[in-house]
Amino acid sequence: MQKLQDIDIRVEAPVDQLAQHGNAVPVLHEILHALRRLGETEESTTIDLRSIPFGPGDEELLLDVLGHGEVAVKLEALGVSEIYETAFAGVWVVDHRNTEGERIALQIEIARVPEILFTQVTDLIDSISRLENRLRTPDGVASLSNPMNGRRRDG
Amino acid sequence: MADSKTETKTLGESLRQQGVSRRGFLKFCTTTASMMALPPAMVPAIAEALEKARRPSVIWLSFQECTGCTESLTRAHAPTIENLIFDHISLDYHHTLQAAAGEGAEAAREAAMHENFGKYIVVVDGSIPLKDPGFSTIAGISNLDMLKETVAGAAAVIAVGSCAAFGGLPHASPNPTGAVSVSEIIKDKPVVNVSGCPPIPTVISGVLAHFLTFGGLPELDDLGRPKVFYGQSIHDRCYRRPFYDKGLFAETFDDEGARKGWCLYRMGCKGPMTYNACATTKWNQGTSWPVESGHGCLGCSEPDFWDGGGFYNAISIPDGDIARNIGLGAVAGVAVGAAAGMLNRNAKADAVAKHEAVTVDDLEKTS
Repeated sequence: MQKLQDIDIRVEAPVDQLAQHGNAVPVLHEILHALRRLGETEESTTIDLRSIPFGPGDEELLLDVLGHGEVAVKLEALGVSEIYETAFAGVWVVDHRNTEGERIALQIEIARVPEILFTQVTDLIDSISRLENRLRTPDGVASLSNPMNGRRRDG
Repeated sequence: MADSKTETKTLGESLRQQGVSRRGFLKFCTTTASMMALPPAMVPAIAEALEKARRPSVIWLSFQECTGCTESLTRAHAPTIENLIFDHISLDYHHTLQAAAGEGAEAAREAAMHENFGKYIVVVDGSIPLKDPGFSTIAGISNLDMLKETVAGAAAVIAVGSCAAFGGLPHASPNPTGAVSVSEIIKDKPVVNVSGCPPIPTVISGVLAHFLTFGGLPELDDLGRPKVFYGQSIHDRCYRRPFYDKGLFAETFDDEGARKGWCLYRMGCKGPMTYNACATTKWNQGTSWPVESGHGCLGCSEPDFWDGGGFYNAISIPDGDIARNIGLGAVAGVAVGAAAGMLNRNAKADAVAKHEAVTVDDLEKTS
């Protein structure tokens, strides 16, 4: 009887050979058109990769072609999100994860800065209020020496 | 199970009270938009609507079912789903998940109905036996009585899974229990069919999120299913479609075509006549889906898929100029997708009756 270790293990084709479905190329064209729009009219575009029928290797090929650029940001809000500019300035990858590290959304955002990175008005108002309260009391001022004391509980 | 009487805060207020920043809220809205298959441009509108949303009461009824639909939902990966189910909707009755049983559980259901009359959502999984009420009862109440009684004060009904939507496995020939779908009984309330065996978890939660966000139900196809998830066929959204177009098919599970990921039509794939979101939403945290794993689509989101003539038989379509008929339908103002779906289903029914096997060329006419 054949033993488990006697069964040949065939290594699947590497990523560049798997990506034979051709679904990454149209997305790259869409990104190119969106980049032109951004340059000409400042209009930003978001592409939800969850709505694209990718096969094995398509997503890897797309992200491989886009590469990594100069900026990488870690957002900690309801789980960690990784946001980075690709090797093509103005093209960002927004990878949202939940608190268990599972991917919940993967988007390509063609913009000067991804929308979610801007400080939001309600958070700004809240910040002013919290800092004002801190400055009103001696204890609050003393505790400002520890920068973590002012951190929100978002994680 | 939350006390629905005390929940008057909006979703925005509730999240802020939990220390969630506006950025966190926007992330929540982004994933919610993705879950509802809405374009990212809708995020600001979703944020505005969700900011004001209040928790709806949900009563979940399980009839002739296998609990696969609940298993599917409770294993949903989006962080929004745990929040959605346990924080942002008030799940007042679900006899599989709740701790209470018997009279205590039924009292919770009746209290939720009374307190939220006219506003609560009823989710049903499982079909309803009509031949003999004794086939399926809960706390001595027949499924039919419980459904009618509970739905009387509901705003809408969501039939989750192919059993609740179309009768499913219990309805398969010879249908010994006389199983019927929810929509065959409920005629005076909006019924949304979220079919699948089981449905994709994010599709279930997406429909709930739509109600939570917009206070109404999404646009439905001719079978009562949300068009955003069931508007296109598996075949049209399949990443293997280019191989179909080139005439490259796997003939067995281990031949060259199978190894190279070619089209599975000849292995019995029901993708051309099946409308669902598997090809894009995928399963298990977006890891894969049946076709990507090398197995053809079973067509589980379509009516009577168990009686379709064999999962491994190439689909059978009788002769007829279906493409021309679709064109005429479109000219007449009928949505092409819905027309194609209806024709495909009619073709399938005819073919099953005639036991005809056809070629790829015949199928080409319908795609």
